[in-house]
Amino acid sequence: MPQNASSLSEERIAYLEGLVRQARTAAAVFTQCTQEDVDRIVKQMVLAGLEKAQHLARLAIEETRLGVLEDKAIKNMVATEFVYDYVKDKRTVGAIREFPERGLVEVAEPIGVIFSLTPITNPTSTVLFKCIMAIKTRNAVIFSPHPNAWRCCTEAVRIMYEAALKHGAPEGVFTCLESHDLQDNAYLMRHKDVGLIDATGGPGAVKAAYSSGKPALGVGAGNTPVYLEKTADLDMAVVDIITSKTFDNGTICASEQTVVIDDEIYDLVLEKFADLGSHICNEPETALLSRTVIDPATGFMRPMAVGQKATDIARVIGLSVRPSTKLLIAPIQGVGREHPLSAEKLCPVLAVYRAKTADEAFKICVDVNHAGGLGHTAVIFSRNNDIICKFGEVINAGRIIVNSPGSIGAMGGVYNDMVPTFSFGCGTGGGNSTTDNVNVYHYLNIKRVARRTPAHMWFRIPSQIYFNMNAVENLRQFVSRSTIIVSNPSLEQIGHVDVVRRHLPAETTVHVAVIPDAEPEAKVVTQGVETLNFYRADQIIALGGGSMIDAAKIMKLKYESPEADLEQLAAPFLDIRKRVVQYPTEKVNRARLIAIPTTSGTGSEITPFAVMFDKQNGRKVTFADYSLTPDVAIVDPQFVLSMPRGLTADTGIDCLTHALEAAVSIYASPYTDSSALQAIQLAFKYLPIAYENPQDEEARTMMHNAASIAAIAFSNASVGVNHALAHAFGARYGVAHGRANALMLPHVIAYNASVPTKFMPSPNQRAYSAHIRYAQIGDLLRLGGNTVDEKVKKLVAAIEQLLDRLAFPRSIAELGISREDFERAVPDLVKIAFDDPSWRSNPRLPLLSELQELLWSAYQGRPAAEHAARQQSA
Amino acid sequence: MAPIALIFKVEGNGIGHALREAGEKLEKAEGQLVLDVSAVHRIDPAALKALEELAGMAEGKRVKLALRGVNIDVYRVLKLARLAPRFSFLS
Repeated sequence: MPQNASSLSEERIAYLEGLVRQARTAAAVFTQCTQEDVDRIVKQMVLAGLEKAQHLARLAIEETRLGVLEDKAIKNMVATEFVYDYVKDKRTVGAIREFPERGLVEVAEPIGVIFSLTPITNPTSTVLFKCIMAIKTRNAVIFSPHPNAWRCCTEAVRIMYEAALKHGAPEGVFTCLESHDLQDNAYLMRHKDVGLIDATGGPGAVKAAYSSGKPALGVGAGNTPVYLEKTADLDMAVVDIITSKTFDNGTICASEQTVVIDDEIYDLVLEKFADLGSHICNEPETALLSRTVIDPATGFMRPMAVGQKATDIARVIGLSVRPSTKLLIAPIQGVGREHPLSAEKLCPVLAVYRAKTADEAFKICVDVNHAGGLGHTAVIFSRNNDIICKFGEVINAGRIIVNSPGSIGAMGGVYNDMVPTFSFGCGTGGGNSTTDNVNVYHYLNIKRVARRTPAHMWFRIPSQIYFNMNAVENLRQFVSRSTIIVSNPSLEQIGHVDVVRRHLPAETTVHVAVIPDAEPEAKVVTQGVETLNFYRADQIIALGGGSMIDAAKIMKLKYESPEADLEQLAAPFLDIRKRVVQYPTEKVNRARLIAIPTTSGTGSEITPFAVMFDKQNGRKVTFADYSLTPDVAIVDPQFVLSMPRGLTADTGIDCLTHALEAAVSIYASPYTDSSALQAIQLAFKYLPIAYENPQDEEARTMMHNAASIAAIAFSNASVGVNHALAHAFGARYGVAHGRANALMLPHVIAYNASVPTKFMPSPNQRAYSAHIRYAQIGDLLRLGGNTVDEKVKKLVAAIEQLLDRLAFPRSIAELGISREDFERAVPDLVKIAFDDPSWRSNPRLPLLSELQELLWSAYQGRPAAEHAARQQSA
Repeated sequence: MAPIALIFKVEGNGIGHALREAGEKLEKAEGQLVLDVSAVHRIDPAALKALEELAGMAEGKRVKLALRGVNIDVYRVLKLARLAPRFSFLS
């Protein structure tokens, strides 16, 4: 039973329950109506309302004694004809808006039963408006009119109901409380079958609506400030203000309350007001108005003044004015309780304020706005666009009306293109949920049918890739004034730097920046950038392994965009397309980056990634952005013929890990699959040969290609958990990247091939398929097996055999790291691995506990098959 | 003796009349009365009221009232009008 019901009699409760039941039934039945049905009904209701506009206005005047007959008739016509013009083509049934490119459809769902309070000031027009809104949206309404406007509102409801019923609306769609009782209102406001309260009226009604706990549209008082700025069209402004403030004797809550006038035009404006029938009050008259129109006890206007003619108010309070007086204008000196006329006055009484500066004018308008008018309406008359914009910024009002009358302007559709309404949302400033002009969409629940939309994918690689023996000769075509070769001492010593230098065009000035052969630190990057700046380089050739090329990428970034903040650019992200920190696009220098790898594994010559060593924190920092991708890659196997066996194995396994992780990545696509699978095949075939017979040119060439092809795959599909763990572990213990990858690889495959504890959100994947992908790789390598499970196990076994053949340590323990030391390190390693962006594309979302489990598996080096079995059972 | 279901077909037009007839049949029904409403595509407040009354009568006579072939629009109306729990639904 709703709250406060205890004080209602049983008969009264039965009566109210009957109203609700009837409305609920009508609303339920109404859901069967089509758009055509409701449009037909609405049109007939509008015609009926138009026909009775004057009749209803007369009833309202007779009953309420407020306002002006002619204006009320116009309001009734606006509430029907203008509102109809706005809603007639609006879709409010079924699919109302479609966004095919976004896969979204908005579908209308009626609210059901609306409980509606209507005011005394605009009684019949508000009823007409709300009836049209309700039918257009297939809702039923129980009306509770203001007690002093009950008869005219009931008549308005009757006219609308009969027209609606006659043309197909369900019986009981509108009902009106037979008398006004606050307890009835309280009961209905809390009734479980009432879906929405639409309260238009005084602050009490609005507050009750919002206090009910029900969704509510509450529209109450305002206090409209007007800034009449010196550049305004004064004749237009004065006429507009008089038109608005005298419209229906000022009963519209959006009407002007205090006009703040620039000092330069103040006297002239008052003269114009006086010429057009306004009475400008002197000081004693203003004081008289203040204490008679506004109740000093409450600070609010007295009911006796609301909606009365200026002459009638003057007569009642003993103010002598001409019989033709339309408006009483009272100069005030400030805003607040000490200046009573700065409050809302729903009658033809207008306060004016002389502002010495624009700044003062703004402040007074803000004061008025905050003295009861927050969120409602404000008006400005000006030709100065900057002033208008500033006014729009500083005033908190749902409607800021420019160079037009406030009341009629705020209603929309007459002086501007705002949505026509008789309910002004006042936003949070007014305790409302919306600042909109309330209309049909506020009478609907709008459902969104969201279809799955695959994320846009991409395939980005260097614009030019040259490969095979002597590909370095292609350097001749790249014209450069000043080239810096970034390399290391050993490559210089064995003559690789000279080979590169020899193939550059003769006119190129070449300098060599020799840096240590290790993952770059900040200091190395800074020195490199100084060199680039010193020689004003326009071309950078990175000759070396992955670390060397990564160093060159970061140097280029800092050289071209010195303001780039590396710490920020390394910020974590989930999706590279939505990352918070963007790489700089403005460049003060430009240099072409040519990458020539001297190892076969990292693929840095192709990728948009670079890894830096954070010496201070003992960790690797990964940068990822396609702006880091080299412009040119030269994949020439002559530079890897002398690669030591250990390095061949390390980098070769890195290559294989790239390809395997790209193949099961959530960003894998047909574009990356071809590269990933090709690289896997090449690595399995040629890595052992290159390792065992380093001078085998074919094997070296194929492994060099395999590394770049794998990089093509993972540049676009990224890697996974294996790399995240290897980065963390490798940095902590100074273990080569490929070796660290090798320690994790069998365990990570077994992990990814098992049923995930957590799936990775991935709109592009139709099902979890990592295990199937691994099985397909096994088939490609002709490893045998009949089931997916068997094939995965054979793949893991094949990798373990390969690692054995390459003489890799098969456990972290074998590296001489004690269990105690590792135990201490694991929590940090887990945290660092989880922060690593590499796993964001892993098919399985790793839990911290799972990362820990994987690290321990790698430590113990227990057979991966065992790990897989544990995962399955978990 | 096992109760016998009485099946009554309600045509799309004149539902109110049909439901009154069904009410008369309810007098003779034992156990279950099945109303086949598969031809009913739309329901108005009067028919809804008649259906509610019929449900009340059936409850008074301890007869189970089942609706067969209710289309989704009508089903939704019954849900919104809070009448659905008073019937069982047969496909």
